[in-house]
Amino acid sequence: MYEFEFKPFNKMTRADYETVGFKSGLEIHQQLLTEKKLFCRCPAGKYSTEYDAEILRHMRPTLSELGEYDGTALMEFKTRKNITYRIKRETVCTYEMDDTPPFLINDEALDAALSIGLLYDCNLVDELHIIRKQYLDGSIPTGFQRTAIFALNGKVPYKGREINVMQMSIEEDSCREVSDKGHDRIYLTDRLGMPLIETVTAPEMFEPIEVAEVASICSRLVRSSGRVRRGIGAARQDVNVSVTGGTRIEIKGVPRIGLIPLLTYNEARRQWNLLRLRAELHRRKITSETFSSRIVDITRYLSRFAYLPLKEAAEKGQKASCVILKGYAGLLHWETQTGTYFAREISDRIRVIACLTDLPNIVHSDSKGENLSAPDWSFLNKTLEATSDDTLVLVWGDENDVKTACSEIIIRAKEATIGIPSETRQALEDGTNGFERILPGAERMYPDTDLPPIRVTLDRKKRLEQNLPEKFWETEKKLSDAGVPADLIREMSNPAKSALFFEFFPNRISDAKLISKILANYPKRLKKKFRSGIQPETEIYKIILENLADGKIIPSTVFTILANYSINGELILTGPLDNSAIEDKIREKADEFREIIFRNPEKKTEVISGKILAGLNFRVAFSRVIQSVEGFKGI
Amino acid sequence: MAENDIYKGYKGVALSVLKNFGARVWNDVIIHTANGKFIGLILPRSETADDLHIVLKIPVGYNIGIAAESIIGIDINGYKEAKYKIPEKEFPYDPLKPRVKLLGTGGTIASRLDYRTGAVIPAFSPGELYGSVPELADYCNLETEKLYGVFSENMGPEQWKGTAEAIGREIEKGVQGIVIGHGTDVMHHTAAILSFMVQNSPVPIVMVGSQRSSDRPSSDAALNLIHAIKTASESDIAEVMVCMFGPTSDEYGLLHRGTRVRKMHSSYRSTFRTIGDIPIAKVNRENITPLRTDYKKRRADNNVIINTSFEEKVSIVYYYPNMKPDIIDSLIDNGYRGIVIAGTGLGHVNKPLYPALRRAREKNIAVYMTVQTLWGFVQMYVYDTGRDIMEMGVVPAANMLPEVAYVKLCWALGQTDDLKEVEKIMMTPIAGEITEREPSNGYLIYQGGLPEVEEFISKYRK
Ligand SMILES: [Zn+2]
Repeated sequence: MYEFEFKPFNKMTRADYETVGFKSGLEIHQQLLTEKKLFCRCPAGKYSTEYDAEILRHMRPTLSELGEYDGTALMEFKTRKNITYRIKRETVCTYEMDDTPPFLINDEALDAALSIGLLYDCNLVDELHIIRKQYLDGSIPTGFQRTAIFALNGKVPYKGREINVMQMSIEEDSCREVSDKGHDRIYLTDRLGMPLIETVTAPEMFEPIEVAEVASICSRLVRSSGRVRRGIGAARQDVNVSVTGGTRIEIKGVPRIGLIPLLTYNEARRQWNLLRLRAELHRRKITSETFSSRIVDITRYLSRFAYLPLKEAAEKGQKASCVILKGYAGLLHWETQTGTYFAREISDRIRVIACLTDLPNIVHSDSKGENLSAPDWSFLNKTLEATSDDTLVLVWGDENDVKTACSEIIIRAKEATIGIPSETRQALEDGTNGFERILPGAERMYPDTDLPPIRVTLDRKKRLEQNLPEKFWETEKKLSDAGVPADLIREMSNPAKSALFFEFFPNRISDAKLISKILANYPKRLKKKFRSGIQPETEIYKIILENLADGKIIPSTVFTILANYSINGELILTGPLDNSAIEDKIREKADEFREIIFRNPEKKTEVISGKILAGLNFRVAFSRVIQSVEGFKGI
Repeated sequence: MAENDIYKGYKGVALSVLKNFGARVWNDVIIHTANGKFIGLILPRSETADDLHIVLKIPVGYNIGIAAESIIGIDINGYKEAKYKIPEKEFPYDPLKPRVKLLGTGGTIASRLDYRTGAVIPAFSPGELYGSVPELADYCNLETEKLYGVFSENMGPEQWKGTAEAIGREIEKGVQGIVIGHGTDVMHHTAAILSFMVQNSPVPIVMVGSQRSSDRPSSDAALNLIHAIKTASESDIAEVMVCMFGPTSDEYGLLHRGTRVRKMHSSYRSTFRTIGDIPIAKVNRENITPLRTDYKKRRADNNVIINTSFEEKVSIVYYYPNMKPDIIDSLIDNGYRGIVIAGTGLGHVNKPLYPALRRAREKNIAVYMTVQTLWGFVQMYVYDTGRDIMEMGVVPAANMLPEVAYVKLCWALGQTDDLKEVEKIMMTPIAGEITEREPSNGYLIYQGGLPEVEEFISKYRK
């Protein structure tokens, strides 16, 4: 059933994605625009890489509410990281450092979150329960994130259907990672504790482009609330992807929406190719039952290899081991993502779980690259009694790390016989992704005993509902129905612009095209023409529309008035001119026009009229200039 | 099953809705409401929460509260009670390692959550501890005994006596170190009274707890326990000590003398400080580094002396300006036999209190003066007021901390009615509660904001 082979990204069709059963959903993280953080009174949004002090912590897995240790938790504990937090007095207090219990939730943030929940047409939760969600990577010093679901079951319209929003939660933002090398990870704490909402959609996008388009819609929707932060890092999306027979895999930290299609394509491809790899293993009669491997300490042979990393390991007195994967020959070079091979899955795991962060951290006998020489490989094969059907994987470093690494090599290789391991993966700039951690389950959630539940009263819901902006797709529909040209609708759906539009349309100005041209097109033209000029604010546009509605200025002069304002900062509302002014101008220019040789004589009247019109600063209707030019004798 | 188990924490409207629909806690349900349906597990509700909501754990792991009023139906699909289980593994035995006893009084070392109170319940057997802090086996063969299951603030004479007696028993049995798990709030009271009740101990007696409950990954509990177990197993300090974080970082613990230690911050990990002196030693996973040499050394015998005398009718009076004599009078009228005053400055109270103090003297009540500044000695000769107060029979208690003077007075009055005898007991240092001199580094509260202090903080982990 896995005959289909992935084509290059730009050759894939909708039918291809149907074949593999592509399914994807979004988890959108959006910082809220508040003055202070969520559970303490530190300022939000003050970033700095400077710090005054450092604190060292370790993370240890704990029991969850339902009595199970979480898989991720145990994995992270294996990594034994020393986690250093850099703290700056201005942005961090004793709360973020977990030396003070939380203060009550920031109501400004909760209001913003609830409003956005309403924009998504969600049911607001009657009573919020703050939950602790474990993060053992140290990205939050407590070891958990305080988070609460505040809304459920919403939706956004997309191409004539609805994408379901399953849940929304309000939570505190995590630390920014500075570095992660060996057993030491360093974090900056300025972002820690800032209010954030997470919006989770159902996996209802069926090809990569849809995921990006829905992400854009969601992004526009939350921005229209006016209560979210903008700028780098203020909105981060995670995407989850699965294919038929695959596993729901989360890709974390997608830096921008534009990268989503390639990322989701590569993940679908990775899953598909891992399923194909499984089929190949089964064809070779390797299953989780028959899987066989061996670990051999090869420290004593280290010095005989010319390959530099091994040579250095020997010099440093490190340990080295070889894992023999029986029957795996060639499979570590099995392509998973574009230009990425199965060996990467193993190397990634070792980097994260065994803390062997210096790359390369493994070499293997399926490799096509330069590493060990052919005689070296055959020496190893012979010494370790491996056959040409086997794959040898070498790993080196600190003794304990090598031990962990060997067991991870075996775990990951064996997982290939079963399918696609549940894990979260990290988005990479080239559109591929790498292992981040084992996918955490619901087990990592337990109630926060430090804070009482928060009741969301009906009065609060009502107050927020009353102050809700219109949804942009509703605005767009109204604008379209009013006759705003399709290419200007997006710009016109800006809440300030659409409000202004409907202040004049249809009663005071019936020409929808005219208003939208002035409000949506002219600002762009002005910006282009007078880059350093003043950009007129909404109030100026309102005055212009007022004058237009009252007939005090005419449409053709509007751009000139705006241009003048842009250059001089003065709003000179020049009214229409009478026929004598036109005739005076024609007379003034008549000699000039007689000199001109027209390439298209039939257009002569129009060209001359155009020049007259410009000379009059557009303060008359074009039709009247043409009339006058036609009536003028002697040009 | 008892009704309060079936409907744990629910009352009022929420309770009647559960009953109406035949649902109970731990039911797997679909709840139908006016706002749509919710799938999840009904959880117990905190008893302090309102009676208007039902708590549901939804499949993604989050909890939400659903307004009971809005519920129009509940479909019950099963029952799934949470099983709190700390992974239990048999604590390994190594004949070469010392035998250490962990006595539990109610502090949280390893723990699980209790829904009704939202509290953290300790897990305690060696197997449970080994399951959550396997490093302990590197130091000792561990035995545990749960003496009490009380929160720190509920520790009192009964528990103190019981703990002292248990220590005596264990030393008789030949354990080579004792660790006492304890809540942190009154840990220093317990440390002080045990310093008096348990004398001449041949082995370390180490009190330990956690400032961040052990249900969180960043808890100080495991590391504190490791430090305490290491100290009990290996150190040569045969005293009652408190072993808690030195800095807030996971770096090292400090071993504080039981009579000089005090909890100084409501929530910091590094809340315990030695007052008016320096700690006995530093401890990390690898080393115990003494900071002084004048401690009592470990011995091979088991000649411990247990004296659990205790008079409960003793009080501390924290003096404040404008205090009225009726405060003292009411103690006298209620039959108190001892009063420890935490006075201002060098040990003062105002004149209006004098008649009450005289009355206390006449009623044979032992009155001792300590300082609310915590650091420094009582010195009542410097000012006339001090001399006046002493004349009324108030005894200056040197540099005993108020809480320490309090428990010691309980202990002394438990032994004799003779105030002269009491004074002899009180003023004879037994476990470092009074020091002859205050070293110049015994008082260090660095002032944040000063450039030199900031420089220090930037160099050493907090
Ligand atoms: Zn703060």
